[in-house]
Amino acid sequence: MAADQPAIRLTGLTKTFGAVNAVDGVDLDIAEGEFFSMLGPSGSGKTTVLRLIAGFEQPTSGTVSLFGQDVTDRAPFDRDVNTVFQDYALFPHMSVLDNVAYGLRVRGMPRRERHALAREALATVRLEGYGDRKPGQLSGGQRQRVALARATVVRPKALLLDEPLGALDLKLREQMQVELKELQRELGITFIFVTHDQEEALTLSDRIAVFNEGRIEQLGSPAEIYDKPVSPFVAAFVGTSNILDDTLSRLVLGRGGIHSVRPEKMSIGREDTAIHTDREVAGVLAEVIYVGSSTRLIVDLDIGTRVTVLEQNDADRVGEDERGSRVRVGWDERDTVALAAAPIPADDLPLLTRPEPATR
Amino acid sequence: MTVDTPTRPVGRPIVPAPRDTVARRGSVFLSRHPRLRLSLLLSAPMFWLGLVYIAALAALLITALWTVDTFTGTISQTWTLDNIIAVLTGSLYQTVTLRTVGVALLVTLVDILIALPIAFFMAKVASARLQRVLVIAVLMPLWASYLVKAYAWRSVLSRDGIFEWLVAPFGGQTPGYGLPATIITLSYLWLPYVILPIYAGLERVPDSLLEASGDLGGKTWSTLRLVVLPMIWPAIIAGSIFSFSLSLGDYITVNIVGGANQMLGNLVYTNVGAANNLPLAAAIALIPIVIIFAYLAAVRRTGALDNL
Repeated sequence: MAADQPAIRLTGLTKTFGAVNAVDGVDLDIAEGEFFSMLGPSGSGKTTVLRLIAGFEQPTSGTVSLFGQDVTDRAPFDRDVNTVFQDYALFPHMSVLDNVAYGLRVRGMPRRERHALAREALATVRLEGYGDRKPGQLSGGQRQRVALARATVVRPKALLLDEPLGALDLKLREQMQVELKELQRELGITFIFVTHDQEEALTLSDRIAVFNEGRIEQLGSPAEIYDKPVSPFVAAFVGTSNILDDTLSRLVLGRGGIHSVRPEKMSIGREDTAIHTDREVAGVLAEVIYVGSSTRLIVDLDIGTRVTVLEQNDADRVGEDERGSRVRVGWDERDTVALAAAPIPADDLPLLTRPEPATR
Repeated sequence: MTVDTPTRPVGRPIVPAPRDTVARRGSVFLSRHPRLRLSLLLSAPMFWLGLVYIAALAALLITALWTVDTFTGTISQTWTLDNIIAVLTGSLYQTVTLRTVGVALLVTLVDILIALPIAFFMAKVASARLQRVLVIAVLMPLWASYLVKAYAWRSVLSRDGIFEWLVAPFGGQTPGYGLPATIITLSYLWLPYVILPIYAGLERVPDSLLEASGDLGGKTWSTLRLVVLPMIWPAIIAGSIFSFSLSLGDYITVNIVGGANQMLGNLVYTNVGAANNLPLAAAIALIPIVIIFAYLAAVRRTGALDNL
């Protein structure tokens, strides 16, 4: 099984650009064979962390270790990790086959052997017969696959993916997500996946680190991140959350602190119907947005806040013609998540060894 | 089902429809007739190009086929191939042609070797601010007169010039006036024309390609040889066309720093002036034109012009 040392260990990693702390003291262990996502808004430092691992940037302080070896001072070509770039970075003047074989070529492998391996790699990404084309003749999804084949043909110990699906349309993106997951299982190596798409991160990852302002705000499994966000930032960034601040919490829940409730955990009913939940608050239906499988209802509560409720579409749903009417919104106590008021210090974050929570 | 009728907010002025003017009708007419639009657009430059380039070239070719009356010194318009044959067979013309092509090739080579690292630094290493400063610095010599620069090099390369003073402590000495001095001076003169296209070519190479090469295990030399050079090859060719053709036609620099050496331009110059043989001068002037065409054809075969 996996070695007892992590595939990648970051300690106190800091990178400053001028006066800006792009990465601010990140400590992180990533296990061998893990599908690890770094999720955050643009400018949160996730891509910089990836570039520090690849060696394109030098950290201001802190270290990067691969399988117990400190590689902080090594050049990118001296590190056993490979990158799939956001813009794919395929060499436009080379054929697809030469692109894939490039890593083998600079390692001095003879032409026939490297072309054989490159053809094999193209087959694993379902691009047999495309070897003679130029990258310019391929579609976005095909270029994406060439970039994957090129980065994996040299058998790196970890693959770094910088928002690789960002430029693809929705259908293709969903298809590539499945292929990425399969490829990772097949190769058995660590994938580090940078994305700003929370759904993508939740779908693909074994673990997710949510980045905010150069720090890891929360680290955990997708379910932990989604069901038990530790801060208002995570609650709002990963999915949608209804946040109750200290005053509202005292008013509705009878206790202080900041709390969040997911829209799909809330129920809505017309004023005269009971909804049988632990908490109930009255309000006015402000907006009804039909989103296909469900309907998003925005309600202005009488206590002075606006919440979003997500309802499955069924026959008796609250309809668009009821805008402006009085409604009741309710939720159960067990769906109320207490949030830390401020971002918690990185030292207190759960690391690799964190046990699964006993109860959900 | 109710149909909403759009209502105008009270107090908001009505946005007027565009007025129907003659200019507007003309624009509409032109936008419906793209061919007419194109011919109006191109007629002035095409007229200029035809008059200045094609007519001048044709006049040159025709003059080369005339001859000069040896007694009166006037051009007699009798058709003859004598001038062309003299230029092709005369040993003087052959020697000077070879010398001129050799100088032009060496100048081009020197310029490319100097321009590559400078352009790379400008495009890939320097900060945005330094980049602008460097572009200005590269262009700055073009603000000074060609003659001033050539005479400056004459001074630099003279017996008691700066060059001698610089290299003397290391046992060196100035090359003096001659072909090496000509190559040095011409390289200096045309360097901006070679740096700029290569710089523009490097600007178009995304940084991520260099990172991808390093990421895949390519060290500096592999990255340059396999990724950078093939991608900027058209830019290098473009720069070389400048330095090669400009060197081929030069006669002033070689006069100033070239000692007794002559280049094709000098032969043209003396035949137009002192020798008063315009047809022969025209025939000599055809040599660099033919060479440039041959060079462009050779370049085209390499495929370097496909991506321009």
